[in-house]
Amino acid sequence: MSVTQTEFRRSVLDPEAPAPGGLSDGRGGAADRRFAVYRNNVTVSLTDAMESAFPTVAKLIGPESFRSLARLALRAHPPRSPLMMEFGADFPAFLEGFEPLAHLGYLPDVARLDHAMRLSYHAADADPLPAAVQSMPPDQLATARLQLAPACRILRSRWPLHGIWRFNHEDGAPQPQARPEDVLIARPGYDPAPHLLPPGGAAFLTAAASAPLGNAYEAALTETPDFDLTALLSLLIGTGAITALE
Amino acid sequence: MLDRTFPNDLPALPGVGYKPQHYTSIIADPAPVGWLEIHAENYMGQGGRPLAQLRHLAERFPISVHGVGLSIGGEGRLDADHLARLRHLCDWLNPASFSEHLAWSTHDGAFLNDLLPLPYTDATLARVCDHIDAVHEALGRRMLLENPSSYLAFDESTWSETDFLREIARRTGCGLLLDVNNVFVSAVNLGMDARAYIAEFPLDQVGEIHLGGHDEDHDDAGRPLLIDSHGREVADPVWALLDEVLTLSGPRPALIEWDNDVPDWPVLAAEAGRAADALARVPA
Repeated sequence: MSVTQTEFRRSVLDPEAPAPGGLSDGRGGAADRRFAVYRNNVTVSLTDAMESAFPTVAKLIGPESFRSLARLALRAHPPRSPLMMEFGADFPAFLEGFEPLAHLGYLPDVARLDHAMRLSYHAADADPLPAAVQSMPPDQLATARLQLAPACRILRSRWPLHGIWRFNHEDGAPQPQARPEDVLIARPGYDPAPHLLPPGGAAFLTAAASAPLGNAYEAALTETPDFDLTALLSLLIGTGAITALE
Repeated sequence: MLDRTFPNDLPALPGVGYKPQHYTSIIADPAPVGWLEIHAENYMGQGGRPLAQLRHLAERFPISVHGVGLSIGGEGRLDADHLARLRHLCDWLNPASFSEHLAWSTHDGAFLNDLLPLPYTDATLARVCDHIDAVHEALGRRMLLENPSSYLAFDESTWSETDFLREIARRTGCGLLLDVNNVFVSAVNLGMDARAYIAEFPLDQVGEIHLGGHDEDHDDAGRPLLIDSHGREVADPVWALLDEVLTLSGPRPALIEWDNDVPDWPVLAAEAGRAADALARVPA
């Protein structure tokens, strides 16, 4: 009797399924306990991978709950690639549809932040532009285009995303305030860090990805009439986020 | 491609599986370690600390790239994207060695993050050889194929593992990576004789040896079931088996694998020291 990898895969991911037939302990005896070694290896290694990919989600709901949740998620969405650094891209969407945790509405955004931090860690290196950006004459600034470092990520949230992250990773951080917060992830050296974007900052940076800064400024003002460009620029410069302005 | 000022092959010295937490210790004093092995999949990002550390280490040590995700024993075709990533890494790093496993991990698009077993039949032999040919063609370098640790046997197998590996090496021209702990684990689990396995293994094809720790469990019948956990010291019977291998093969590059519950550097260096002692006992 031959065992297909389709059968093997199904049984390895399903704790209720019996071991496939055609297997033995090498002496003609049952292989159930032996097959369970592979099932355990697969489940534990993927659960560990989820835990290291989503440390803030794990902290928020506790390690035991997280591991149960991760087992459900990885059975629904096993990894599609051997690159574990990219594993979990569909976890935020899984959380959005996961009824038992619907009362923790911010969890999907926190998962997005964890995933973006991981991608930032592995993103390409780039030298930040030497400062002197703010000295650029306003008329030139309006037509200039901004390029952010490959490790930068922008996340928009209707939850206090930055506050939640800080509260879970920094000793003595204040309680998150009930407000929407947008986040910029920047990686000056090798360690990514999330920063709170001033209101309108995410609109500005999103627009600036494909338009001159004048247009981006208009977009930010439309969303946030008192948008503070100087505060945003000093955040970008301070975190080495800008790699080109021309 | 990185240039090196030292011979770019694996020396018959101890190596260790590289863990980032050991970076500073290794740069300061690597003795008795003479080379390092990395898991290919951890260095497939675009930049950041992992690649920066690897660049510095590659300027000082021969590097072995060990893949854990290619699924050479898979029923489907090799993942062309993954093969391209391996090629990109090897083209840049110019490693002293590239190795992968006689196992599968991906099926129907799902990656299961474990080294899963395959039966040894004429059909699986042909498929594994096709896959290794594809690796040789994509990478432009000869790979080493590692023997698995086994927890079960397939009724349909018609080849012994040693004959299967010898035939793969003969057909494809690949070399072999002999994991001595895997031999011991498989022998206990399947009721084989580890020494007989070593006697039948094509040792002339072995370009690298692996050593790692295992855990002990029990099967349905209460017999010992060893788990290849890479989470502790190499067991004494495995060191004894290494002596037998080296007596037959002569000195070979010998790696300590410690991937879980990774210890501080002095503990890992002491394990490498034990491998150095074993190598020193063998006439060149």
